[in-house]
Amino acid sequence: MALYSRAAAAIRRRGGVSLAPHARTMASLFGHVEPAPKDPILGVTEAFLADPSPDKVNVGVGAYRDDNGQPVVLDCVREAERRIAGTLNMEYLPMGGSIKMINESLKLAYGEDSELIKDKRIAAVQSLSGTGACRLFADFQRRFLPDSQIYIPTPTWSNHHNIWRDAQVPQRTFTYYHPETRGLDFAGLMDDIKNAPNGSFFLLHACAHNPTGVDPTEEQWREISYQFKVKNHFPFFDMAYQGFASGDPERDAKAIRIFLEDGHQIGCAQSYAKNMGLYGQRAGCLSIVCEDEMQAVAVKSQLQQIARPMYSNPPVHGALIVSIILNDPELKSLWLKEVKGMADRIIGMRKALKENLEQLGSTLPWDHITNQIGMFCYSGMTPEQVDRLTNEYHIYMTRNGRISMAGVTTGNVAYLANAIHEVTKTK
Amino acid sequence: MASSSVFAGLAQAPEDPILGVTVAYNKDPSPVKVNLGVGAYRTEEGKPLVLDVVRRAEQMLINNPSRVKEYLPITGLAEFNKLSAKLIFGTDSPAIQESRVATVQCLSGTGSLRVGGEFLARHYHERTIYIPQPTWGNHPKVFTLAGLTVRSYRYYDPATRGLDFQGLLEDLSSAPSGAIVLLHACAHNPTGVDPTLDQWEQIRQLMRSKSLLPFFDSAYQGFASGSLDKDAQSVRMFVADGGELLMAQSYAKNMGLYGERVGALSIVCGSADVAVRVESQLKLVIRPMYSNPPIHGASIVATILKDSDMFNEWTVELKGMADRIISMRQQLFDALKTRGTPGDWSHIIKQIGMFTFTGLNSDQVAFMRQEYHIYMTSDGRISMAGLSTRTIPHLSDAIHAAVTKLK
Repeated sequence: MALYSRAAAAIRRRGGVSLAPHARTMASLFGHVEPAPKDPILGVTEAFLADPSPDKVNVGVGAYRDDNGQPVVLDCVREAERRIAGTLNMEYLPMGGSIKMINESLKLAYGEDSELIKDKRIAAVQSLSGTGACRLFADFQRRFLPDSQIYIPTPTWSNHHNIWRDAQVPQRTFTYYHPETRGLDFAGLMDDIKNAPNGSFFLLHACAHNPTGVDPTEEQWREISYQFKVKNHFPFFDMAYQGFASGDPERDAKAIRIFLEDGHQIGCAQSYAKNMGLYGQRAGCLSIVCEDEMQAVAVKSQLQQIARPMYSNPPVHGALIVSIILNDPELKSLWLKEVKGMADRIIGMRKALKENLEQLGSTLPWDHITNQIGMFCYSGMTPEQVDRLTNEYHIYMTRNGRISMAGVTTGNVAYLANAIHEVTKTK
Repeated sequence: MASSSVFAGLAQAPEDPILGVTVAYNKDPSPVKVNLGVGAYRTEEGKPLVLDVVRRAEQMLINNPSRVKEYLPITGLAEFNKLSAKLIFGTDSPAIQESRVATVQCLSGTGSLRVGGEFLARHYHERTIYIPQPTWGNHPKVFTLAGLTVRSYRYYDPATRGLDFQGLLEDLSSAPSGAIVLLHACAHNPTGVDPTLDQWEQIRQLMRSKSLLPFFDSAYQGFASGSLDKDAQSVRMFVADGGELLMAQSYAKNMGLYGERVGALSIVCGSADVAVRVESQLKLVIRPMYSNPPIHGASIVATILKDSDMFNEWTVELKGMADRIISMRQQLFDALKTRGTPGDWSHIIKQIGMFTFTGLNSDQVAFMRQEYHIYMTSDGRISMAGLSTRTIPHLSDAIHAAVTKLK
């Protein structure tokens, strides 16, 4: 009876359903299972959807919206899907995924003329978007370098912590965001790089850092790369926003290219969720630079051994869309235009939000809104201020004060600015 | 100037025994080669098949401009989950009506097994899973990486090429109370040997008496006998007694959605309250693995299952595939009989589903690959779906030669 009583008491404390003494829960092998906490990011959209207010604004999840607040399927994607339906079959992909999709992904990340690609030195597999790529790498790291840990920036996308934890790779953090300036704490960052043991593994956001939107400058990236060489650190890049940050995929890959020029053998997670709007298709790529072709073949084979007992082989539909678009010059050109369009709208909204706040007479500094880049703005608001935004103004964002600029439109920017002003102004 | 890689000492992994067969087949230039390796359905012309109803569903999705491709929830497409549970457990299932089933969309059968295994390793008091001997080659790795200890129970009897029922009962009887037991719902892979309904009932009673937790793998519902309900009987028997179980469902074969990676994990729980908590914990397994499942295949399945015309169309096409395979079995059996090939080959028509466990040994298998360009896994498993009326004579010649020349 003891186990049942404890479980029942716990459920009553949480205000749950009251249990009759002989409820079926007693017979369950899983009666002791605790309810899991809600995901901090995805829980926001759930709450938003449940809100009946006509004024509600969702600046929570990082999914792009057009100026009408509607989700977007890119034209190049629609065309690719038209070509798939009715002609192509749905056979299993190889364990490592679509070769065509992988090849195009490597060109995007490493450059069309990359020597590494020519020399076949990159081990690469199709992955389940960015999450899947990070997880494959984390599992791979655990299996082949069991004594290593991962240094993760403070702050970072919350799921990064979950991924390396579930892979059983110990985590450390490194200094990144500077709350006072709402920018990069470069000195702190460099100190942590220098103080980490030689040969440490670091997770770096290639561009459009999530959640802060704060990226190192090109000069700062060069210094970081140099220090990585001195310390023999392993750079693992998470690139979820290539093209989405500046509007130019080549420009957004600059950090990676700097590291490659310096001879680093990097790892890289790529996602097509945002830049091709393929969110639910789970399309991505994991790549690891190796010493030579033979090692790349070996590494790829081992990555496949990790994928096989997880999901056997990756989903074909998203991979077909990506390879059709990137292999067809006209479609690729259309894609580049559409990506730039999305990035430009966000840059425009940053400007508008800042201007609105200034016009409202806010005395607080808001330069960071336009200094930061990519989908997110780290507003600097406190959790209490965010709660007020939600409770009083029906504005939904994560409690770390991260605003998804993709959710801002010409229609709601004034309302948003007013609400932010109201909760942040000093009396 | 390339510095030494941190992965310098890493060895190349061996080829996957199942998927490696197709790799080898693809490299072979012979015009008479036959691929009986991977369990993917082929038409009489040897071509992959996309079901008509699937094409229709896909067109409907493409032609709907208001349809968006945002992230699914972590647990996947809700409609798909409900329909999948109804498909396997039955629309009138009391477990569903009582809201005792937690269902999450996963990446086909593999993904469902892995997520279920991880959940058990974290939340279940027994960490041992018993798997049948033999079983699908990927099962041991899936469960080991999920954090479970894998043991086996006797299943296939090479002497009869049928079920070793006594051995099965003995091994499950001596399993520790509460241990997890993997059961193939129908069309056992690789042997094609299934228990009879009477035997299933005995297995059920034994398992419930020892509180053994059933974990069903259903990769062939509808594909085995041609009837969706018939192929789900073993599962429904266990649900009907009110007990708990796990169920990994795949749409790879029965809807031909292979590469779309569509499946579902259902956990039948003792109460609705438990089911809610279980679902919340399943999310914590999924989020750090791939965040949320792929949308395309699940949307196709939901489109078909919720429309009664399309559902009926599907059952007809499904029966067509099952019937063609049953016909291949008969033709192969007849061909071996005609050739007077030594041995009892009746297991070819007694076994059920996509695979036949021929009983050929690895030397004979290698011989058939060398001399006849016939590709199968080294355990002698052949995929009947890879055969056609045209290739049966070549295969039976090869078997005849292998059996008479090598022992």
